[in-house]
Amino acid sequence: MEIFIQQLTNGLAVGGIYALIALGYTMVYGVLKLINFAHGDLFALGAYLGFTLLVSFGMGGAIGTGPALLVIAVMVMGMSALVGYLLERVAYRPLRKSDRLSAVVSALGASIFFQNAIMLIWGAQYHAYPAGIIPNITIQIAGQSVPLIRIFVLVCSVVVMLVLYLFINRTRMGMAIRASAIDQGAAKLMGIDVRRVISIVFMIGPALGGLAGVMVGIYYGQINFNMGQMYGLKAFTAAIIGGIGNIPGAMLGGLLLGLVEAFGAAYISLAWRDAITFAVLILILVVRPTGLLRERVAEKL
Amino acid sequence: MLELKDLSVNYGPVGALHNINITVAKGELVSILGSNGAGKSTTLMAISGLVRPTGGSIHFEGKRIDILKSHEVVRLGITQSPEGRRVFGPLTVRENLLLGAFTRMDVEWVDNRLRWIYDMFPRLEERKAQMAGTLSGGEQQMLAIGRALMADPTLLLLDEPSLGLAPLVVKSIFQTIKEINRSGVTVILVEQNAKAALKLADRAYVLDVGHLAMQGAASDLLNDPMVQKTYLGGVEAGTH
Repeated sequence: MEIFIQQLTNGLAVGGIYALIALGYTMVYGVLKLINFAHGDLFALGAYLGFTLLVSFGMGGAIGTGPALLVIAVMVMGMSALVGYLLERVAYRPLRKSDRLSAVVSALGASIFFQNAIMLIWGAQYHAYPAGIIPNITIQIAGQSVPLIRIFVLVCSVVVMLVLYLFINRTRMGMAIRASAIDQGAAKLMGIDVRRVISIVFMIGPALGGLAGVMVGIYYGQINFNMGQMYGLKAFTAAIIGGIGNIPGAMLGGLLLGLVEAFGAAYISLAWRDAITFAVLILILVVRPTGLLRERVAEKL
Repeated sequence: MLELKDLSVNYGPVGALHNINITVAKGELVSILGSNGAGKSTTLMAISGLVRPTGGSIHFEGKRIDILKSHEVVRLGITQSPEGRRVFGPLTVRENLLLGAFTRMDVEWVDNRLRWIYDMFPRLEERKAQMAGTLSGGEQQMLAIGRALMADPTLLLLDEPSLGLAPLVVKSIFQTIKEINRSGVTVILVEQNAKAALKLADRAYVLDVGHLAMQGAASDLLNDPMVQKTYLGGVEAGTH
């Protein structure tokens, strides 16, 4: 029972982070049918931006820890969104009319660019996030002591996902994003500026990814310039599990993947953790390539 | 109101439209006829700004629109119900209609408009919470037309609203189109079902592999031996 509760909460916390990153992949794929391979590196960039802000401004001070963390999170999200917007303008928009392979190559190039830029700016060594941002205390869940930070990370990602879900389903712009993902031509005929929709998607995705980067820094305490690769790959797996292009699917896929990893590591072997993740990816691709939440209706002709 | 002047469109090296001249006056119901690949849909897509002309110009109410982006064209009051309907299958009927009014910001106005569309197509109100992809072909066509009407257009472009529908459904859809036109909306109706379209329209243009082959009053074309032979073919010109 102890292992179960610990791994359940751990899996959900990590899964929430995967889900936040996976949303960026799935939203971009939804409107552009493109895998933004640089997305994992934007996540890493977010972690570093958060690191710099935390180190330069310190925590607490005049406004207290909570508000300070919120301000920093919002700043990181804003900067990540800006970088995502520029990435789309520079690396993808000029290739909109080329064949898809060109955009994929451009995405891979952007990934290498960001990774090396991070290394050049911050160095190749690990950086430690300031300790004790979230008080190092535990709370009792089902008789077990669970670190507060785990609950904090999970609650943060769930709140952000809820806000995103409402934005996508309840607002005019959210509806435009969904329509553009279904049929860009028809969306244009509705008077939707699809280019603007694409820009917005390229801002929301990296904003969520950047926030996930800060959360990983706070959760694990250290960051590295190539952390985007492994997290990117895992979040991509999460997006595939849920059905790429499907927003609730990415949320579900992320949480599921976090749980599979946590329980796999605990009950099978820690050394096999990554192997389990990618075994799940292969299994899904073979058995159910459309993911768990495939489109609910087939389009009639 | 609308003037297509020497309009040409190429898809790569292939010409789809060659120096087409079409004019539509306010309040008219004009039909564009022709067989598959004649360039009918391309003409509508050029008006809507989804296809860039390679030559000529399009003017709407004196304003040149072939240089505008598609969403700017919609804002001028030109909407389209495209070929194959292209409703947003995974979205509900209501969401599809609301998307039709995407350019309208006034929530109350949009609500009233939605009410008006539901009165015109009661079937859509019955199915407003249903996903559009689950509707029958005829219902999807109503939805596509209703969606195009949501923005309260001054010019409505309809691309093959009869495609794949049972004759009885076609009749009711065409009746609705007539009513929409009578309410003051200028309509361009693209059809392969030439007979039905000519009965409905004031005037018509006939396209033949990207060239303007004939034009005139609908009643004249209906009795024209050439048109009868080619497009009406003795049998009821149906869908292919």
